[in-house]
Amino acid sequence: MTTTLRQLALATAATLALTGAAGAQELKVGLSAEPSSLDPHYHNLSPNNMLTEHVFEGLVNQDPKQALEPGLAESWKAVDDTTWEFKLRRGVKFFDGSDFTADDVIATFKRLPAVPRSPSSFAPFIAGLTTEKVDSHTIRIKTAAPAPLVPTNLSTFGIVSKACAETMSTEDFNALKCQGGTGPFKYTEFKPGDRVVMERNNAYWGKKPDWEKVSFRFLTAAPTRVAAMLAGDVDVIEGVPPSDMARLKTNANLSVVEELSNRVIYFHMDHFRETSPFITAKDGSPIKNPLRDVRVRQALSMAINRQAIVERIMEGAAVPAEQVLPASFFGTSKTLKPTAFDLAGARKLLADAGYPNGFKMKMHGPNGRYTNDTKIIEAVAQMFTRLGIDTELETIPPANFFTRASQGANGEPEFSFILVGWGAGTGETSGSLLALLGTFDRAKGSGGANRGRYSNKTFDDKLAEALRTVDDAKRAVLLAEVSEIGMKDVGIIPTHYQTNAWASKKGIKVTARADEYTLAMGISR
Amino acid sequence: MLAFILRRLGQATLVIGAMIVIVFFGVNVIGDPVYMLISPEMDQNAIEATKVALGLDKPIWEQFVYFVSGAVQGDLGRSFVHGEPAIKLILSRMPATMELALVALLMAIVIGLPLGVYAGLNPESRISKAIMAISILGFSLPTFWVGLMLIMFFSVMLGWLPATGRGDVVRVLGIETSLLSWQGWTFIALPALNLALLKISLVIRLARAGTREAALMDYVKFARAKGLAQSRIVGVHIMKNIMIPIVTVLGLEFGSLVAFSVVTETIFAWPGMGKLLLEAIQRLDRPVIVAYVMVVVVLFVVINLMVDVLYSILDPRVRLTEAKA
Repeated sequence: MTTTLRQLALATAATLALTGAAGAQELKVGLSAEPSSLDPHYHNLSPNNMLTEHVFEGLVNQDPKQALEPGLAESWKAVDDTTWEFKLRRGVKFFDGSDFTADDVIATFKRLPAVPRSPSSFAPFIAGLTTEKVDSHTIRIKTAAPAPLVPTNLSTFGIVSKACAETMSTEDFNALKCQGGTGPFKYTEFKPGDRVVMERNNAYWGKKPDWEKVSFRFLTAAPTRVAAMLAGDVDVIEGVPPSDMARLKTNANLSVVEELSNRVIYFHMDHFRETSPFITAKDGSPIKNPLRDVRVRQALSMAINRQAIVERIMEGAAVPAEQVLPASFFGTSKTLKPTAFDLAGARKLLADAGYPNGFKMKMHGPNGRYTNDTKIIEAVAQMFTRLGIDTELETIPPANFFTRASQGANGEPEFSFILVGWGAGTGETSGSLLALLGTFDRAKGSGGANRGRYSNKTFDDKLAEALRTVDDAKRAVLLAEVSEIGMKDVGIIPTHYQTNAWASKKGIKVTARADEYTLAMGISR
Repeated sequence: MLAFILRRLGQATLVIGAMIVIVFFGVNVIGDPVYMLISPEMDQNAIEATKVALGLDKPIWEQFVYFVSGAVQGDLGRSFVHGEPAIKLILSRMPATMELALVALLMAIVIGLPLGVYAGLNPESRISKAIMAISILGFSLPTFWVGLMLIMFFSVMLGWLPATGRGDVVRVLGIETSLLSWQGWTFIALPALNLALLKISLVIRLARAGTREAALMDYVKFARAKGLAQSRIVGVHIMKNIMIPIVTVLGLEFGSLVAFSVVTETIFAWPGMGKLLLEAIQRLDRPVIVAYVMVVVVLFVVINLMVDVLYSILDPRVRLTEAKA
C-alpha cells in the first residue's frame, strides 16, 4: 500500500516537475469557512485559529489527535500544584529577524484581554494566571488554585512578537503589517471573501514544509468546493459533504482521508422545570416534566437507532456516540458503550416510569448548523413516535435558535428537548463535561452551555476534584468516572460523533485531524 | 431638472430612514449575535464580556440612538464579526459585484437583443420558436441549479473555464478589476452568464414583443415604401422605439443584479458583496446588514435617476420636469 502510494507520489511529482517547477511548489486549498480576521487574538473561531497556526505558533501545539506536543515551548512541568514552568525554545527568530524570548510571551499575554471589540476573546484561557519571567527563555505561570489545564489552554492561541503585541491593531494584522510571527509560513495576501495566501518561512526553526506558496480559498458552499476539486481548481478540500463522499472516493484521480472528529451531536433535555413548556399529556393537558425521571431519559436514549442514523442519514460519515468525546481522547471512559437500540426495553422503562401511553413532546433544533441536522431530528422524532411519544418538531435558523435555546423570553432556556452539537476545541473531556453537564453557575463558570440545566452534585464534586488534579494519569481516571456518572444518569443523550473528511489530488497526502483543521504543514507530496 | 433631482434625493433620504429603522430593529428580533460570534465553549462570564465589548449590553433604543448619531457623522459602525468599519467592508467588495453585474447586463443586451429582434421579425420561423423555448427555460430554471450545471459542464467535464473565484485582478485607479486580462474574463464568464440568464430571457421577450408591434406601425411601412434598406429600418426606426421599455426594465434589473447576486456569488465563490451580506445575515452582523441596505437604496435611487435621464435622450417627447416621480 505504502509503496504504491510512494510510486504514485513519485509519478505525480515527476509529472509536476515536467509541467513547470513554479507551479509544482504551490498548494491550493479550498476551505469550508472564512476567517473573520487575521489578527490571531481577535476572535476565537476555528478558521481563524487554523490559519494562525501557520504563522503565529503557540507555546504548546496539538497533534492531529489533539494530544499536546511542544511548540515554542520546548518542555513544561508543574513545579508544584499552582506553578507551571515553561522552557522556551532557543534560537527561534521572528520574521523581522528579532529573537523570540520570554518578553514576547508576556507581551502576548497582556494583549489577549486588551483586543478591542473582540467577538470571542482568548482572555478566559489565561484568566487568573500570573506570568513571571525567570530568565530570557523560562517563564513561570502561577495560578490561584491547582490548574491542570494550563498547557491545554496555552495551546489555543499563538504568540506574537512584543513589537506587534504592543503596537498593532486588528486592522494592522488584517493589512499584514505584523512581521512578528515564527511559524513555517507568513502571510503575503489577504482578500476577504476570496483567499489568504502564504509563503514559506525559509528561516523556520523546525521541519520546513513542502510548499513554497499556499493559497487558501474560501469555498463556503459545499457543492462549489466539490466542483472546484473535480475541476482541478484546488489541490485539497476540507469538509467533504457526506453525500459526495462515495463519488469522490471512487474517482481515480482523488484520494479521500477521514478522521473521527471532536464533535458530538446530542440532545439536551429539560432537567430543571417541574412542568416543561413543550411537553403535555397526549390530550394536551399539562403533566409533570417526565424528563426528570432517569427511566424516561434512558427509554428515549434506547429508542434512538444510532446505527441507522450513522448509516442512512450520515452516509457513514459518523460513529455512534456514548459520551461527550470519542474514547480515543483524553479523559474519556473506556467502558461506556453506545446505548443499544431496544424498543421493547424502552417501552417497558417508559411504562415503569408511569407513562405506559407515552406523552406529547415538541423537539427543536437548528437547521443548517450541523451536518444533516434537520434530517437527524426528523428521524429521531419518528423513532420517539414509535416508542409512543407523539413528537412534533420545529427547526429554526441557527441565529434565532441559539438565542432562544440559551436565553429565551425570561432568560432561561426556552425549549424542552433540543438537538445540539459540541466540538471540544481543547481535545479533552473536562471542558465539555463542565460546560454541558456541570450545574449552571455563572460565578463558577460552570454549565456555560448546559441548556438543559442538568445538575448532579456527585458529578459536580467529582469533576471539581478532577479539575484540581494536576497529575495527568490520575486526572484521566477521574474524568472517565465523571463521564460515566453523567452518561449513566443520561444527563444528555449523545447520538453520534461526526467524522471529518478531506479530498486531495492523488499524490498529495493530507494529515486528517480531529479538530477539523487543514494545516499546510500536514500536507505533503 | 434640478428640482426633479432634488425631489428624488429627498425621497431617497426618507426611504433610507425607514429602512434603517426596520432593519435595525428587525435584526434585533431575530436573535442575539453573541451566540453566533462567541466560541461555544465559553461560559456565561465570557458571553457577558463580549456583549459589553460590542455594546450589546445596552438597551436596544440606546444602541439605535448611538448608531444614528454615528451615522449622521458618516460612521455606520463596525462589523461585529470583522471588527472593521462596515462601510469599508462593503465598498471593498463592491467592485467585484459591480463588475459581475455589468458584464451580466452587457450579456443580456448583446445576446438578448439580436435574438429578440430576430424572433420578432420572423415570428413563424423554427429558429424563432427555438429561441422562445430557450427563453422560457431561462426564466424557469433556478439560478442555483443552472450555476452548478454550468460548472459541471464547462469546468469539470470540458475543463475550459475555471470553476470558482475571481483569479488575479488588475488594479486601475485603485479599483481592482478582472476585465483587463484574458484570464480575468475566463473567471467572470460563467458567473456572469449564470447571473445574466434570466435577464437574457427577459430582453428576448421584450425585444420580440416590441419588434412585432413596431413592425406593423405606419412609420415602418412608410419607411419601407420609401425604399429604405431593411438594416436601416430595423437598426434605427424599430430599435429606437423598442428601447424605452427595455431600458426601463434593465435599469431596474441592474439594481437587482447588484443587490441580489447572492446566489451566483455563493456558487462561484465570487468575492462580492452578496456573499458578505449572506454571511452577515447568518451571523446577525447588524452593522453590515444595515450599511448594506443603505448602500443598496442609494444604488437604486441613482439607477432610477439614470434611467430617467436616458429616457429623455431616447425619446425627446419625455421631459424630466413633467415626470411625476
